[in-house]
Amino acid sequence: MTNPRLLRAALPFLTLAFVLTATFYVQPRTMSYFGLNLMLQYAVPIALATIAQMFIITVNDLDLSIGPFVGLVGVIAATVLNSNPVLGASALMACVLAYGVVGALIHVRNLPSIVVTLGLSFVWLGIAVMMLPSPGGKAPAVLKAIMTVQTPYVPFPILAAVAIGLVVHLALMTTSFGVVARGAGGNPKALDRAGWSMLGTKVVMYMLAGLFGLLAGLALLGLTTSADAHVADRYTLYSIAGVILGGGEFIGGRINPIGAVAGALTLALAGAFLIFLRISPDWQIGAQGAVLIIVLALRALAGSREKSS
Amino acid sequence: MSTEAIRLDGVEKSFGAVRALAGVDLVVAVGECLGLVGHNGAGKSTLMHVLAGALLPDAGRLTVGGAEPKAQWSAAASQAAGIRCVFQELSLCPNLSVAENARITHASLRGFGWKGRARALICAKLDEIFPGHRIAPDDEIAHLPIGQRQMVEIARAFTVTSAPLRLVILDEPTSSLDAVAAGQLLSYIRKETARGTAIILISHILGEVLATSDRIVVMKDGKQVAARPAQAFDRSSLMAAMGSDLKEVEARGDRRQSPKADSAVVVRASPQREGGGGELVVREGEIVGLAGLAGHGQTRLLLQIFAGQADIDRPVAFVAGDRQNEGVFNLWSIAENVTVASLRSLIQRGFINVAAEAKLARAWRERIGIRTSDMGRNILTLSGGNQQKVLFARALASDARIILMDDPMRGVDIGTKLEVYAMIRAEAAAGRSFLWYTTELDELTHCDKVYVFWNGKISDSIEAADFSEQRVLRASFAESGT
Repeated sequence: MTNPRLLRAALPFLTLAFVLTATFYVQPRTMSYFGLNLMLQYAVPIALATIAQMFIITVNDLDLSIGPFVGLVGVIAATVLNSNPVLGASALMACVLAYGVVGALIHVRNLPSIVVTLGLSFVWLGIAVMMLPSPGGKAPAVLKAIMTVQTPYVPFPILAAVAIGLVVHLALMTTSFGVVARGAGGNPKALDRAGWSMLGTKVVMYMLAGLFGLLAGLALLGLTTSADAHVADRYTLYSIAGVILGGGEFIGGRINPIGAVAGALTLALAGAFLIFLRISPDWQIGAQGAVLIIVLALRALAGSREKSS
Repeated sequence: MSTEAIRLDGVEKSFGAVRALAGVDLVVAVGECLGLVGHNGAGKSTLMHVLAGALLPDAGRLTVGGAEPKAQWSAAASQAAGIRCVFQELSLCPNLSVAENARITHASLRGFGWKGRARALICAKLDEIFPGHRIAPDDEIAHLPIGQRQMVEIARAFTVTSAPLRLVILDEPTSSLDAVAAGQLLSYIRKETARGTAIILISHILGEVLATSDRIVVMKDGKQVAARPAQAFDRSSLMAAMGSDLKEVEARGDRRQSPKADSAVVVRASPQREGGGGELVVREGEIVGLAGLAGHGQTRLLLQIFAGQADIDRPVAFVAGDRQNEGVFNLWSIAENVTVASLRSLIQRGFINVAAEAKLARAWRERIGIRTSDMGRNILTLSGGNQQKVLFARALASDARIILMDDPMRGVDIGTKLEVYAMIRAEAAAGRSFLWYTTELDELTHCDKVYVFWNGKISDSIEAADFSEQRVLRASFAESGT
């Protein structure tokens, strides 16, 4: 019998391999440098947003505003950053700081993060729509250049995804700070008693989420080349689904950065796969939901075997 | 250097109208093991939390090593002063490994190679205190049974990095340990005090306190009521000092007379184990004890019976011992926690009859003596012992005829225990059957029959008439019958 704990840890990667194989089978032409590049390029911003969400989930909160936040970053970068780089850069910094403030507010006032961030999502969207009422603007040339870079042998999105996963894994799973951050999700009271500042930990995690949301917005803008306030509205759910697909759990500080990136890749691929199957866009969200339910059911199965063994 | 590890002068703490500490003077000398006893609600936990820096006293003075603490008293200041606590509810992060949990309490475990140092630190201490512990430093806490989790928690408190170790407070440290591990801990305490560390031992197992402490302080109603060298106390004088008006004889069960050999069999179960694990039989009105070392299959058998993987022909209820994880609904009121198992009988026209529910809750407050003025308050406002009473009330208020108890007296004060023992006997006389897993040998004297577990199977079954602690211990180590 295979070790259920191992099976559970491998599940995100098995899922990714399965979806990838199925895509290759349905559309063999994707099995190439350009095919993979095309299919996976949007996985980079999704992976960054997923990591942002994961920082919040680590401390037992949930961010329902990450999608509109990514959209707002794109709008700022496509408009102000071009016309007035100093103002644009400060505006983007202010966005990251705002995340820290929100984290502090949620902790100090003991507010439910879901409610606060849901409200905040409308604030982000509102600011973005006011700045750019209809799609437009122009991505800074640097961003375009980075996102369309042609790396040798292995497509850029794959390299980027691996790099993101590894860096965050090292930071959260192996450093002594990462232990405290995950401990804050596992047993906040114990952390408090050990003399750590829960407030400080939460603010750092929220600001890291803001930073990765910022990176996601810039990466997305580099691909789309022009901005739209609504472009990333779906990212909120993608990011949550990515974390959970990757083996994370909503509470208890149980996360898996590399798995989360694999989850984000799976979601991006699943979209392409469904297009190849000629499933109408109306059904795609439903089909993606079905994929999610199947994977989570498999995980629950592995979990119950883990318990019984 | 001062000979005082810590000193409290007139420390007071109130929560609203409740005076939890009413002027406590306490001195713990360097290298002294101080036993601290008292009923639940005597103020022991509050005192601990003050020492740990989790609570600030309203009045009074605290000196560490003969000097006033330099900074504002806080959890971090307490840590820096070398004070460590092993709290009754475990304060490990379940999602982290054993080594990572060591990092949580040691700010200096950082930088390159911290993990290797953390592993070595915690392993060395576990080996020193609990030889043969079988815990690996990379095991995730959530995957360890509660006894091993407690070992990790205790070992972690004794590890030393940058801050010196001055005082370790152990609150019911043996409540989830089996007899062997508990013995290892108690002998380690003596070794550690010889090195100059002060220890405060809080325990409801009086024999443990009497045998291990140098001096014993008795607390009652937020005050110190007696403080004498341990030799000057014995079980009954200690109980008397705690203000318990219950006689010691009652702590042990009377040999029960009526062996109900002719009443109906209500449970017949065998531990699911290859090669057969023996059979357990419970008759109507019987109290059946499950004994042996912790983690040798007793809880698993209870869960197996609860899941219906046995011959049962009566409704079953389960009383959890792990209150935090399996027992109480944290967000619910006391009343809701009592009535949750009886809701089906409270339904009227598809809705819960709120008046009947409140009445049921009130009735059980009287019957089992839950100490609260208002059953509508949150369950966590109760002390541990009273929370456990709520769990008993939940099981007894239901229509269950078979009550499974999973070491339910963990960390419960002696007064509460005696009340519950009496209630169990009364309920058994009225025809209910009890399966009672306990880690305390004394409690087995209340049982009509005792099954001893070893390595997942039943290694001995003892009728009340033949019961002796030696026989239980022998079977616990599988020296008999095989």
